[in-house]
Amino acid sequence: MPETLNKASAGAAETPAVTPVPVAAEKPRSLWSDAWRDLRRNPVFVISAVLIVFLLVVAAFPGLFTSVDPDHADLGKHYLGVPSYSHFFQEDWFGYDVQGRSIFARVLFGARASIIVGVCVTLFVTLLGGLVGMLAGYFGGWFDSLLSRITDVFFGIPLLLGAIVVLNAFTHRTIWTVVLALGILGWTQLARVMRGSVLTVKQADYVQAAKALGAGTGRIMFRHILPNAIAPVIVVATIALGGYIAAEATLSFLGIGLPPSTVSWGNDISSGQTVIRTAPHVLFFPSAMLSLTVLAFIMLGDAVRDALDPKLR
Amino acid sequence: MGRYVIRRLLQMIPVFFGATLLIFLMVNVMGDPIAGLCGDKACDPSTAAQLKKEFGLDKPVWQQYLTYMGNVFTGDFGTAFNGQKVTELMSAAFPVTIRLTIVAILFEIVIGISLGVVTGLRRGRPVDTVVLMLTLVVIAIPVFVTGLLLQLLLGVEWGVVKPTVQPEAPFNELLIPGLVLASVSLAYVTRLTRTSIAENARADYVRTAIAKGLPRRRVITRHLLRNSLIPVVTFIGTDVGALMGGAIVTERIFNIHGVGYQLYQGILRQSTQTVVGFVTVLVLVFLIANLIVDLLYAVLDPRIRYA
Repeated sequence: MPETLNKASAGAAETPAVTPVPVAAEKPRSLWSDAWRDLRRNPVFVISAVLIVFLLVVAAFPGLFTSVDPDHADLGKHYLGVPSYSHFFQEDWFGYDVQGRSIFARVLFGARASIIVGVCVTLFVTLLGGLVGMLAGYFGGWFDSLLSRITDVFFGIPLLLGAIVVLNAFTHRTIWTVVLALGILGWTQLARVMRGSVLTVKQADYVQAAKALGAGTGRIMFRHILPNAIAPVIVVATIALGGYIAAEATLSFLGIGLPPSTVSWGNDISSGQTVIRTAPHVLFFPSAMLSLTVLAFIMLGDAVRDALDPKLR
Repeated sequence: MGRYVIRRLLQMIPVFFGATLLIFLMVNVMGDPIAGLCGDKACDPSTAAQLKKEFGLDKPVWQQYLTYMGNVFTGDFGTAFNGQKVTELMSAAFPVTIRLTIVAILFEIVIGISLGVVTGLRRGRPVDTVVLMLTLVVIAIPVFVTGLLLQLLLGVEWGVVKPTVQPEAPFNELLIPGLVLASVSLAYVTRLTRTSIAENARADYVRTAIAKGLPRRRVITRHLLRNSLIPVVTFIGTDVGALMGGAIVTERIFNIHGVGYQLYQGILRQSTQTVVGFVTVLVLVFLIANLIVDLLYAVLDPRIRYA
């Protein structure tokens, strides 16, 4: 609200003759519609959103962009050759890897694994962390202490380290074991953010009013507190999504993430590092795609934070 | 102050036992602790039963955990798969990783905070935009790619530094690995300092300090910086634990025989004792680092007092 008032008074100062009618006509906007208006004008948001939509399309339908099978290996096509940069969208655009597979096709098909891991882990940690944070923040007291100590326990184990230990326990690793490993160690950050956010919102007058009107606990939590407490959680989750994609690639790089048969950027980077001196392009293209994806999600999170945080306006 | 420290230490106890129990369960219940002892093949049932009896693995898990913690408190972390004492491995590995972490933290403090101050004071100017873009790029490129590239360029192509580190790991050989290890955190420190400085630069006390006629340098270092450092100190403190644990990738690329290397070997060879032992110590380091951070608050901000 103070922001709309400021704008109104600033506008009045520039054009003193204006009647107060337009100010009154300006409807008070919610945080979300205000943020959305800000976002649409932010070039960082537009660029990252376009990139992410493109990556999602690639992940869902890699066949739209190439008809080459990413697993088709032809040892005759030498990985030591330089990529044919002028052959846009063709099999040999980015050259071939050690097994003679088309790097262009693999880079496209590899998007799916990274996006699935990133999105699923983020959903998992947001739901679990959000729930724990909400319960701890809302009920308080000994229940809060208990949940907070449990959060501390999981927080005390570094993400990468814990994920390696969990993954090592599985003899048969799939994309879902990676999601599980990152998820059960990653939720603590969101639980803390949610708890802090709920603690502030809980004091608000409208929550007291809802209580006084006899609203049930569930209704207060999900209809009144959740919509007002979720903003910082969304910001942290968006930025973390990029981090989980990088973590998956790191685990695959260490040889303990996705199974080698899965087409993924992490696996391709891992196999590319062995030939980094003779054929750097084998490493370069999957790394570049990975970095671009992580960058897109971090930029999106940054833009969303700027739009939702009134302090920075 | 004394009472606060004691209360915090008491709070650390359940967290320490919880975290170690969690790791213990993950390794012993989800994994198979004797899997690595018969080479790559699975042990035959009678050998497996005998080994389990020998190591006390036939007892209930809680009893195993209590026995293990009892041993840990008497300084016995068990033996690794090759018969070496885990404490021996630790005494070789920890000094190396501590040196690496010190180098990384120094990079974070010196480069990260300086860049943060410079950009925070010039918000919106070209310097700010360029540094901000650079931090985004550094955060986005995974550490293993940065590491491999720097190793290839500086170590192999241009020969400025040695591509791998000797077992003794002297400080000068750890400069590039330290920078690689620090890179992502360094970018976060820069961004955090920048935001904090930019927010506080408009504070009343800064205006007062300027109005009193203090030199700009003193206003920035004594008034602005000191008040802006709290979130940065929190980040760096929690980062100590993350850096020591996250050194797995860096140590693997530069062949540094530190904690990450031993942990990785332990995991590959399914050496339960090594993994649980090292992680236990890392959790302890992490908890103590967090305590020190909380105590540093009072040094940075005299308004914070611990009763």
